[in-house]
Amino acid sequence: MLIDFQTLKSQAKGIQKNNFKKAKIAILGNYTTQFLAKSIEYSGLKHSVEFEIYNAEYDQIESEIYDLNSGLYNFNADFVFITISSLKLQSKFYALSAEQKATFCRDYITDLTNLINVLNSRIKTKIIINNLEILNDEVFGNFYAKVDQSFTSNVYDLNAGLLQLARTFDNLYLFDLNGLIQYYGTRHIRDWSQYVNADLHYSLDFHAAISEKLVAFIGAFLGAIKKCVIVDLDNTMWGGIIGDDGLQGIQIGSLGIGKSYTELQKWIKQLKERGIIVAVCSKNTESVAKEPFEKHPEMVLKLDDIAVFIANWENKADNIRAIQQILNIGFDSMVFLDDNPAERSIIRQNLPAVCVPELPEDPALYLDYLKSLHLFETASFSAGDKDRTKQYQEEAQRQQLQFTVTNIEDYLKSLQMEIVIEPFNPIDIPRIAQLTQRSNQFNLRTVRYSEVEIRDMAADSSNYFTCSVKLKDKFGDYGLISVLILKRLSDESLFIDTWVMSCRVLKRGVENAVVNYCIALAKNNGFRRLVGEYIATAKNDLVREHYPSLGFAEKDGLWHLDVQNFKPLIHYIN
Amino acid sequence: MDILKDVNTIFIDVLENDDLVITRETTSADVEEWDSLNHIQLVVSIEKHFKLKFSANEIRNWKNVGEMCDAIALKLSA
Repeated sequence: MLIDFQTLKSQAKGIQKNNFKKAKIAILGNYTTQFLAKSIEYSGLKHSVEFEIYNAEYDQIESEIYDLNSGLYNFNADFVFITISSLKLQSKFYALSAEQKATFCRDYITDLTNLINVLNSRIKTKIIINNLEILNDEVFGNFYAKVDQSFTSNVYDLNAGLLQLARTFDNLYLFDLNGLIQYYGTRHIRDWSQYVNADLHYSLDFHAAISEKLVAFIGAFLGAIKKCVIVDLDNTMWGGIIGDDGLQGIQIGSLGIGKSYTELQKWIKQLKERGIIVAVCSKNTESVAKEPFEKHPEMVLKLDDIAVFIANWENKADNIRAIQQILNIGFDSMVFLDDNPAERSIIRQNLPAVCVPELPEDPALYLDYLKSLHLFETASFSAGDKDRTKQYQEEAQRQQLQFTVTNIEDYLKSLQMEIVIEPFNPIDIPRIAQLTQRSNQFNLRTVRYSEVEIRDMAADSSNYFTCSVKLKDKFGDYGLISVLILKRLSDESLFIDTWVMSCRVLKRGVENAVVNYCIALAKNNGFRRLVGEYIATAKNDLVREHYPSLGFAEKDGLWHLDVQNFKPLIHYIN
Repeated sequence: MDILKDVNTIFIDVLENDDLVITRETTSADVEEWDSLNHIQLVVSIEKHFKLKFSANEIRNWKNVGEMCDAIALKLSA
C-alpha cells in the first residue's frame, strides 16, 4: 500500500483538532525540505498530533547547530530531524581528492559526533537521523567493498558509523530510511526530472511515506502506541475453518497456503516477545478453537502466548469490550486482525478507536501489508516487556479469586502483597521512562520523559526525589508498577511532578502505601507539605478525584497534604 | 477529451481554490497560489491523471497553461 502526497493531504484536510497531542519539530536537511515539512504537518493531523515545525534553510545543518543565535535555538524543539540525502553527500564526495575520500567516513562521523555533542550541550531534545540511502554509483561496480575510495563502500561504512552513534547517544535515534526505500522501490522514491528541475531529492509521494513513518515513531514518544493485537482465527491465523475442516484440514505450515499464516504467526510471536499482548477473538466453540493451539505441531503460537482467549458466538464488538475490560488498556492501543470485511466493519462502527487494518484478500500479502503500516513503533524497550503476557494471565487468576472471597479486606490480605518503594535504580530507568510514556489513565499530569531526562532528574538529588514502586503477590511479580518524581518547590513544599501507575494494580491500596512513604520522605527532608496537581486529559478521568480521596485539601487549584497531623493511610501491603 | 477542463480541475484540487478558472493564456503570475512548490504538485497530479511522464525539458519550457495542454495532447497522441 503506497501512500501518496495528494491522498495524505486530503486525509488531513478538515480534521478537527480534538485532544491533539502537541510537538515541536525542527527539520535540518542537506536538501530542500519544504515538502517534507508539509507532509509532516499532514501526517500529524492524520494521527492527532499538532506539530509546530521549524524548517531550517536549505543545507544549513552545521550552521544551525554551531551558531548559538540560529533559529534552531530560538525554537526549543522536542525533536530535531536531521535528514541527509545520499545524493547530496555523493556530489560532495566526488569533489574530494583520493586521500580525502579514503578518510571520508571517519571524518564525517567525527563531524557528526561533534555536532551532536554541541547540540546536546545547548538544548534538551530528541535527535532523529535517517540512515543513508544505499546508492551504488556503479563506479567500482561489485568491486566496491575492496576500495575505500568508492562512494558505495563509504555509504555502508557511514551507516555502520551511524548505528554506533545511535548506541552511544541515548537521545539519538536512527530513522530507517532504507527500510522504507526497500518497501517503495527505488523507482518510486525519486523523480529524476523533478530532481533536475527543482532539486527535489525524493519524489513528492515518497515525502508522504517518510512523514507517515516518522510521525508514527514520534507518536510513540508522545504515548500513541499499540499495546495489543487481537486476532481472529479461521482464515486469519490458519487457512480454512477449524470447525469444518478439522485439525488435519486447516492450512498451516506445509499444507496448502499454510506458509502465509505461519509467517504471520511468527511475526506476531516476535511482537509478543517484544511485549505486545496477543488476544484471540473468534466466532467458534472454545474447545474447538483451542485445539490447534494445543495439538497442531505446526502452530507457532501456543496457548501460553495468548493473554486472553475469547471464542464464542457473541458479537465481536462485545468480545473486544470484554478483552478491554480484562487488559485495562485503551481501545486506541488495540489492533484487530480479521479476514472478514463484515467483522472488520462492525468493529470500526462500534469501536472506532480500535485500529482495524484492511487486510488484503490474498493471505500471502497479509504480513507485507501489516508491516507497511508502522503499527508497532515504540520509543522504549525493557527486558520486563517479555513477561507482560504472563502478567495478564496471572491477572485472570486473581479475578477468579476475587469471586470466591466476599469482602475486600479479606481479599487484599489473601493476596499477600509485598511492596518495595525506593529511589530510581539505574537498571530500572528504561522501564521508568516507558511508564511515563505509556501510562494514560493513571497519570496525574501526563508529562512524558525520555530515559535521558529521567537519568538527569535521578542525579539531581538536591531538587528531585524519585520513587519507583514494585509490587508482588502470591500469584506473581508485577515488577515496577508505579513511578513518582517529587520536586522541591520551596523549603516547605514538595511537589508531585509525576505520579503514574499501571492500571493493573488499581484498588490494591498501593496509593495509600505510597502516600505514607512520601509523607515520611517529606518529613525527613524538612518539608511541611506535599503538593499535588491534576491536569485533565481525554484519558485520565480515572484519577480526577485521586488527591481528595487520599486526604489532600484543595488550595488554588492544587492539592495540599500537610506533614503535621498526617494519619497513616490504611493498606494491606507488607 | 477536453484537456483544459481536466487541467482546470487539477488546478482547483491542488491549489485548493474552488473558484479558479484558467485559460490557455493563464501563467503562474496570474494565479496567486501557483508558486514553485505547488507547480511540482501540479505536474505530479497531471502526470498521474493523464498517465504520462514529462521530461525535464518539457516541464521547464512551458510559458503558460496552453503550452502545458499542448504538451499533454502531444504525449497522448504519441
